[in-house]
Amino acid sequence: MARLNVNGKDHTANVDPETPILWVLRETLGLTGTKYGCGIASCGACTVHVDGEAVRACAVRVSAVEGKKIVTIEGLSPDGSHPVQKAWVALDVPQCGFCQPGMIMAVAALLKQKPKPTDADIDANLTNICRCGTYVRVRAAIHAAAKA
Amino acid sequence: MNAFPKVSRRSFLVTAAAAGGGLSLGFHVPYARGATAQEMAPEVNAWVVVKPDDTVVVRIARSEMGQGTLTGLSQLVAEELECDWKKVTTEYPTPGQNLARNRVWGNFSTGGSRGIRESNDYVRKGGAAARMMLIQAAANDWKVPASECSAQNSVITHTPSGRTTTYGKVAAAASKLEAPKEITLKDPKDWKVAGKSVPRLDTVDKVTGKQIYGMDLKLPGMLTATIKDCPVFGGKVKSFDAAAVQKMPGVKHVVPVGETAVAVVADTWWQAKKALDALPIVWDEGPNAKVSSKDIAQMLKAGLDAPEAVVGNQNGDVKAGLASAAKKIEAVYSYPFQNHACMETMNATAVWTADKCEVWTPTQNGEAALAAASESSGHPAAKCEVYKLHLGGGFGRRGAVHDWVRQVVAIAKQVPGTPVKLIWSREEDMLHGRFHPITQCKLTGGLDAQGNLTSLHMRISGQSIVAAIFPQNIKDGKDPVVFQGLNPPGPEASLGYTIPNLLIDHAMRNPHVPPGFWRGVNLNHNAIYIECFIDELAQAAGIDALEFRRKLLANSPKHLGVLNAVAERAGWGKPAPAGVHRGLCVTMGFGSYVAGCAEVSVSPEGVVKIHRIVAAIDCGHAVNPQQIEMQLEGSFVYGLSAMLYGECTVKNGRMEQENFDSYRVLRIDGMPKVESIVMPSGGFWGGVGEPPIAVAAPAALNAIFRATGKRIRDLPLKHHSLKKA
Repeated sequence: MARLNVNGKDHTANVDPETPILWVLRETLGLTGTKYGCGIASCGACTVHVDGEAVRACAVRVSAVEGKKIVTIEGLSPDGSHPVQKAWVALDVPQCGFCQPGMIMAVAALLKQKPKPTDADIDANLTNICRCGTYVRVRAAIHAAAKA
Repeated sequence: MNAFPKVSRRSFLVTAAAAGGGLSLGFHVPYARGATAQEMAPEVNAWVVVKPDDTVVVRIARSEMGQGTLTGLSQLVAEELECDWKKVTTEYPTPGQNLARNRVWGNFSTGGSRGIRESNDYVRKGGAAARMMLIQAAANDWKVPASECSAQNSVITHTPSGRTTTYGKVAAAASKLEAPKEITLKDPKDWKVAGKSVPRLDTVDKVTGKQIYGMDLKLPGMLTATIKDCPVFGGKVKSFDAAAVQKMPGVKHVVPVGETAVAVVADTWWQAKKALDALPIVWDEGPNAKVSSKDIAQMLKAGLDAPEAVVGNQNGDVKAGLASAAKKIEAVYSYPFQNHACMETMNATAVWTADKCEVWTPTQNGEAALAAASESSGHPAAKCEVYKLHLGGGFGRRGAVHDWVRQVVAIAKQVPGTPVKLIWSREEDMLHGRFHPITQCKLTGGLDAQGNLTSLHMRISGQSIVAAIFPQNIKDGKDPVVFQGLNPPGPEASLGYTIPNLLIDHAMRNPHVPPGFWRGVNLNHNAIYIECFIDELAQAAGIDALEFRRKLLANSPKHLGVLNAVAERAGWGKPAPAGVHRGLCVTMGFGSYVAGCAEVSVSPEGVVKIHRIVAAIDCGHAVNPQQIEMQLEGSFVYGLSAMLYGECTVKNGRMEQENFDSYRVLRIDGMPKVESIVMPSGGFWGGVGEPPIAVAAPAALNAIFRATGKRIRDLPLKHHSLKKA
C-alpha cells in the first residue's frame, strides 16, 4: 500500500512498491494527462513535479515518493490558467499534443528555477522529445510565458 | 431548390443506433470529441448538425494527428455554411456509420497529405448545401422566396422585410428538406474564415491533460495487455511457459496471438509488462535469423548495376548522351531504415462477443481499421465498429497497416465480453515498426563543354512499400510511389528539371524488413539523391547552385517560383554571417511545390549547427497559413532528425534500436530557426503535411558541403567525421 499526495490530495494505492509512479498516476488514480513515451526517462512525456522539481515519472518507483508532493498536468492549475498553459494556447503550440503535458511540466519547473531563461538555458535544460516538431513554438511560448 | 419535405429520408439516428453498439453494451464511450450531437439535434446533412443554441457540429471523416486537418476542414465547411465560427465544434463519424450510409463521408484515409486536398470539394459542398437548406427552411417559415434571404454568422435575414432568425431555430425544419441539386462554391478570394490563420479547435484540452488519446481510454471491467511479437521478422513462437508467470500479481491470461506473438493480459499495464518480461518464450526465428544490415546493403548494391530495372521517367537517349558528354560525374547515395517513433506507441482497445466486435483506437484510417477488426474477429464488417480516438502522432504508421488492431482483436477474442486494452511498449514499437524503405541510388550525369546538364541516369535500387502493402497496385513490376519527386511533368510529384537525355529507373530489391509509409515517403531520399547530386553537377560545371537550377527549371514555373522566393529571402549570393554556409533544395510532391535554403556552420571539431532554414511552399490554396507554417517547422524536425541521427539497423534478422537511447531524435537544442513563406498561387490543391520534409535534409547537406568540402552521401550524418583535417 503506497500513500501519495497528488495535486494536493492524499491517496492510498494498493500497488507493488516497485511500480513506477507513472503507472500509479495513470492506472490507479486515473490521471492520464501524464503520458508513457519510452519507459527509460529519455523522452519526458511523463514529466511531473515532485516537491517542485521536474521528474520523469516512468523511472521513479512509487515507494520513493511517499511523503512528497506530486503535481501532474491536471494539478498545474485548476483551469488551464498557468502562465505556461496560457502561452501555449496563445501561440497554438501543440500539434498532436501527446508530449505537451510533459513539455509544459518541464517548462513550468524550468521557469521556477530560471524565470527569464535564455535560448541557451532552454537548450541546456529542456530535453523533452516532440516528434511533431513543435520546438519553434515551444521556444517562443517559453519566452512569452517568462514575460507574462 | 425543393421546398417540400422528403418522403423517406434515412435519419442519422437510425444508423447511429445500428452502429453505436458501444452504448448498447452499457459502456460510457468517450469519443475523441463529443459525439452526442445527434441526440440533441437532427443533422442538416451528413456534414453539419446545428443545435438549438446555434452550436454547429462539423463532421470530420479524416483523422486529426496534429497536422491541423480538423481545423482546416472545419474552416472550409464553415466558410460555405456562413456560420458563426466561434460556435463551431467537431465530431468524428464512425467507419461503421460510413459503411451503413453508403460511404456518405467518402474516404477516411488520412495519409499522403490528402486530408484537405482530396476532400475540399465535397466538404465545401456539404457546408454550402446545409446553408441553402437552412435558408430555405427560414423562407418556408416566412412564406417568402429563398432568393430574398441571405445568411451570415448563423443569422438568416429576409432582406426586404429585415426579419431575421438563426440557424438553430430552423435546423430541425431544414433537416427535413431535400438536399439542393446545384451548388455553387465561393471563389477562394472571397473567403472569410478559410484562408485565415484561425487558432486550432483542439488546443485547449491538449495543455490541460484532458485530451483523451487511445492509450488513455478506460472502459468498465477493462483489462490491459502488452505483447511480444517474434523479434525476427518471419519468425514464430515455438513455445512459451505461461505457468511461470500466471501467478504473478494481476496476471489474468497469457495468450498466443496468431502464430508469431504472445500477450499477457493483466489488471494493469505495468503488471502485464512485468509478467511479459519474465515469460519464457522460445522463438522459431525462421529463415531471416542470420540477416544483417551488411547483407541488405549488398543486396541493394547489386541492384545499382542490374540489367533489369523498371523505368519511371525517360526522355532522349541517356546512353548516347553520357557517351558524348564533355564531363561525366558519378555518385552513389544511400538512405537507411527509419522508425516512425510516434510519441504514443501503438495501442487499441477491443471488446469481442459472439455477435460483434468493437474497437477503440487512434488510426489514420478508420475504414482500414474496421477492415482489420473484421478480418481478425471473424465477424463481417457490418457487425464490427471502430471508434477513432485522438492520435499521439501518426506520420504514416497508423494508416495502411493495422497490425495492432488485428492483435488486440485476437486477444479480446480469447476473453469474450471483456474489454482489453493493448499497449505496446516502446521497445515493441521500435522492433515492429513499418520502416521507411531502404534504398541506394547511383547517379551518372553528363555535362557539355559549357557546363549544361545534358544527360542524367538515376538508378534507384531498393525497397518497394507498395509491393509489401498493396501488391495489387504493382503493374508491370512498377511501384509508382518509388518515383516521387522524379515523375515526368504533371500535377503530381514531378521532377522540375528539363534534361535532354534522362533515365530514372528502379531495381526493386525487397529485404525482409517490413516497409511502410513514413512521413514524406520516397520523396525523402529521392530529394536528397537528386538535389545533392544537382549540387555536385553545378560544382563540376563551375556554376552557382542557384543559377544551375534556374536554367534547368525554365519550363517549371512553380518549382522556380518557390526556389526564387527562398533564394531572395535567404539572401543567396550575398555574404552569409561569418562561418555560415548556405545550401539549396527544390522539389515537388503530394501536389505541392517546396524549396528550402539552409544556413549551417561546422565547427573545427566537426559539430554541425543548423542555424536557419528559409522555406517556401506553393500548395495552390492555403486554408490556414499558420497551420501550414507549423507543418513546415514540424516536418523539418522529422526530416533533420533522420538526416542527423536516424537509422534502424538489422542484426540477426531483427532491428537493433529499441528505444530513444539508441534511436536518437532531434530535441529543441538542435532546432534551427524556420522562416516560412506560404505562397499559394491558386488553381490547385496541394498537400502540406509532407512536402516540406523533403527539402530540409538536402538543403542542409548542400550547406555542409560548402562548409567542409565533404559530400555526405550515406546517411545518417552521425557516421561521418566533419572534423577539420
